[in-house]
Amino acid sequence: MNALSRRRFLRISASSVIAAGLGSRALGPLRAASATRAPSGDLQRIPTFCDLCFWKCGAVASVRDGQLWKIEGNPLDPLCRGRLCPRGTGGIGAHSDPDRLRAPLLRTHERGEEKWKEVTWEEAIDYIAEKMKRIAASHGPEAMALFSHGIGGTFLKHTLKAYGTPNIAAPSFAQCRGPRDVGFRLTFGEDVGSPERTDIAHAECLVLIGSHLGENMHNTQVQEFATAVGRGARLIVVDPRLSVAASKAHHYLPIKPGTDLALILAWMQVIVTEKRYDIDYVTRHGFGFDAFAAALAEYTPEWAYVETGIDPETIRATAREMARYRPATLVHPGRHVNWNGDDAQRSRAIALLNALLGSWGRKGGFYQPVTMDIPAYPYPPYPKAGKPKVDNPDHRYPFAHETLTTGIREATISGAPYPIKGWMVYATNLLQALPNEAETLRAIQALDLLVVVDVVPSEMAAWADVVLPESTYLERHDDLNPEYFREPFLALRQPVVEAPHDQKPNWWIARELAVKLGLGAFYPWKHIEEYLEHRVKAAGLDYATLKRDGILRGPPQPIYWADGVPAEFDTPSGKIEFYSSQLAKAGFDPVPRYTPPVSGPPGSFRLLFGRAPMHSFSRTHTNRLLSGLMDENVVWVNQMVATRAGLKSGDWVRLRNQDGALSNRIAVKATERIRPDCVYLVHGFGHKARGLRHAFGKGASDAGLITRYRTDPLMGGTAMNVNFVTLEPAEAV
Amino acid sequence: MSRYIMVIDTRRCVGCQDCVVACQTENNVPSGYCRDWITETASGEYPTVRLEIRSERCNHCDNPPCVHCCPTGASHVHERGGVVLVTPEKCIGCKACLASCPYDARFIHPKGYADKCTFCIHRVERGLDPACVSVCPTHCMHFGDAEDPLSGVSRLLATRPHHTLLPEAGTKPRIYYLT
Repeated sequence: MNALSRRRFLRISASSVIAAGLGSRALGPLRAASATRAPSGDLQRIPTFCDLCFWKCGAVASVRDGQLWKIEGNPLDPLCRGRLCPRGTGGIGAHSDPDRLRAPLLRTHERGEEKWKEVTWEEAIDYIAEKMKRIAASHGPEAMALFSHGIGGTFLKHTLKAYGTPNIAAPSFAQCRGPRDVGFRLTFGEDVGSPERTDIAHAECLVLIGSHLGENMHNTQVQEFATAVGRGARLIVVDPRLSVAASKAHHYLPIKPGTDLALILAWMQVIVTEKRYDIDYVTRHGFGFDAFAAALAEYTPEWAYVETGIDPETIRATAREMARYRPATLVHPGRHVNWNGDDAQRSRAIALLNALLGSWGRKGGFYQPVTMDIPAYPYPPYPKAGKPKVDNPDHRYPFAHETLTTGIREATISGAPYPIKGWMVYATNLLQALPNEAETLRAIQALDLLVVVDVVPSEMAAWADVVLPESTYLERHDDLNPEYFREPFLALRQPVVEAPHDQKPNWWIARELAVKLGLGAFYPWKHIEEYLEHRVKAAGLDYATLKRDGILRGPPQPIYWADGVPAEFDTPSGKIEFYSSQLAKAGFDPVPRYTPPVSGPPGSFRLLFGRAPMHSFSRTHTNRLLSGLMDENVVWVNQMVATRAGLKSGDWVRLRNQDGALSNRIAVKATERIRPDCVYLVHGFGHKARGLRHAFGKGASDAGLITRYRTDPLMGGTAMNVNFVTLEPAEAV
Repeated sequence: MSRYIMVIDTRRCVGCQDCVVACQTENNVPSGYCRDWITETASGEYPTVRLEIRSERCNHCDNPPCVHCCPTGASHVHERGGVVLVTPEKCIGCKACLASCPYDARFIHPKGYADKCTFCIHRVERGLDPACVSVCPTHCMHFGDAEDPLSGVSRLLATRPHHTLLPEAGTKPRIYYLT
């Protein structure tokens, strides 16, 4: 059934980017047309915004004769500027995915057996409401937790808050960007935000530390990255793997994994001792600089060489280069930064390096995001939760400013500080997102109720008591997106086609559930368009125009200090905290200090993972258009290591970690693009859920090999680059 | 007489394959096939590695072997821009063109005819760029008329080092890669 010629397949698979699909099934809504003829028929172009990742790019869907034809970027959208990424362009594959959930399911066998019966929406929601009432009666409403990712979770959060629980979390904090946001808050008093406030477009010198822009396909950032590369901005890339970004760098620093903080400290040491920092900026805005400078003294480039493997002259040369282009030198804060357990302090060191370069608030550094003021809907006040959040008892992680998913998981297992008896999980595949799958399964077994609301039958759905099939973003409304960005704008998500089966939008599900729970007063509106129109009108804007254009743009506002943005810092000192009294008071290093990374058993390789541009998390692998671009992951192994082990590209292996966990079989990519002491996988493959028919068993799951994690003592983030694997030959099948 | 070419900046390209999906949706390319694809070539030893990422497709050659060998005239050079096209109704699926193409740019469509990149001539005739060019988030692809010295593509070729694929094949390809 392989539709590709053998010749082409070989050529393509020999390259690291697998360019062609192997699927032979025709896509539902696509119809073959002759090669050269212009498309004909009734054509509608409907604006909305994308949901293939969380970036929320403006999109315009072309619908021909009632069938989705293509999706393009909305030229009015400041995020995508008319150009989507491959996921956005391939969004129609989400609508036509033959593996997607079709009807509400109620479990009939043991959890995890994936055996359900189809039920009506009324039966499913009655069942959930009944269980939730019982949980509230026996344990209090705080015993329900909601895990939610993305803008689609807005209304389920609303219902759960009305029900009375404070335990609402997303993996995007403790498993992703949390350490970065904490590190920057401690330093500048503010987060980096999402979309990140990085002014890559105007940077004269861009420093990426493990951030693989281009493979990590956050649209605006990749567009700005290409702009910066195109106009010759200096590029310094630090990564154990020669990423796509590294291949474009003027300086590629092939760092020993886990030692990034040593390099950053040495860079700062050079910049401070050679007085290359922005003295005026630091004097005017900095707090505790002298103590900071004194603490750096020991971190010489010669010291860092031993830790990082980067020679002292390269450290000095790159530090001087950063200083030469300041303040338009941007040391990128990254996004997924849970690596080694020192992550908040490493992120703080990145913030401090930016502070030395004077890039915060400056063009080519970090701009001040602006937004449109859209009043919230006037709901009644939520009931006051009877108990504090369960995830972080006694503020054991004092700088966690968002809820910890893994804290809720721990409380669910232990029952302390109080029991958690129900989980509702919206659009996040916790079994692939959280480290240590066995712990997640133990928590699941302690539950009286597990509800999963999703588009595809994920691993998480496989364990659910009730699975609710959501319509895709192309089939539903969601909340408004008044984004924080370079310029103010408001975006609308609206349906472009109907859901193909009995799927429902999250707002409808959340509202129905609230009504069944007796919380109808929290939904004064019946259809989401009443809610949307109310908010848009309350902001003095025209809903009809928003529906027509998808985007409303506000007047430009200043985003740099030079243009009038006040240089203010929401820190205890009101300044940029080179020395942090908050940290000192809580018993942590007030200036980041280096601790060496954990090392693995002899002969093992550190397991690293990252992103591919055509996939999001573990959520897109049954999208036939996107799986056509990358159907399974491969394990990157240094060429010399592979040769010594008698392995070549295309050979099958299994990965076994330090605790004995064994992966699916996975093909080797023997390459000169990675260090010999680590291996690399694209995250999210190796699906175990049988419902994901197209993706089941393809590739290896990094999550399955992440049995260990180190918890960041400042904020509870779970560092995952602390697992080590060996390679075992596997059958070719 | 116009002469359409494509100029692709390998410095900007990140190999995301947006061009591949955009072509598939724009042109209803059947599942499992593609008219454009990404190739990566790496040379050197870690950590000193040179990587070139290229978006590849039919080269719309000035000296197209696929056209010369076509027994029915299905493969032809279009009057507009010299684009190499296939007329499905005239194609008998003999695969002579597939064998003659040094770039492996063609495939047999499930409906039985040879298929490949058209430079999205249906879009170009409406004043639009080909789908792959218009979608690219890195703006690495440029389409235009090489006969017009003021066109963007002409200026890029005049100012930037570039190469083509397999020039030794003598096909005079019209996709240029900036390095």
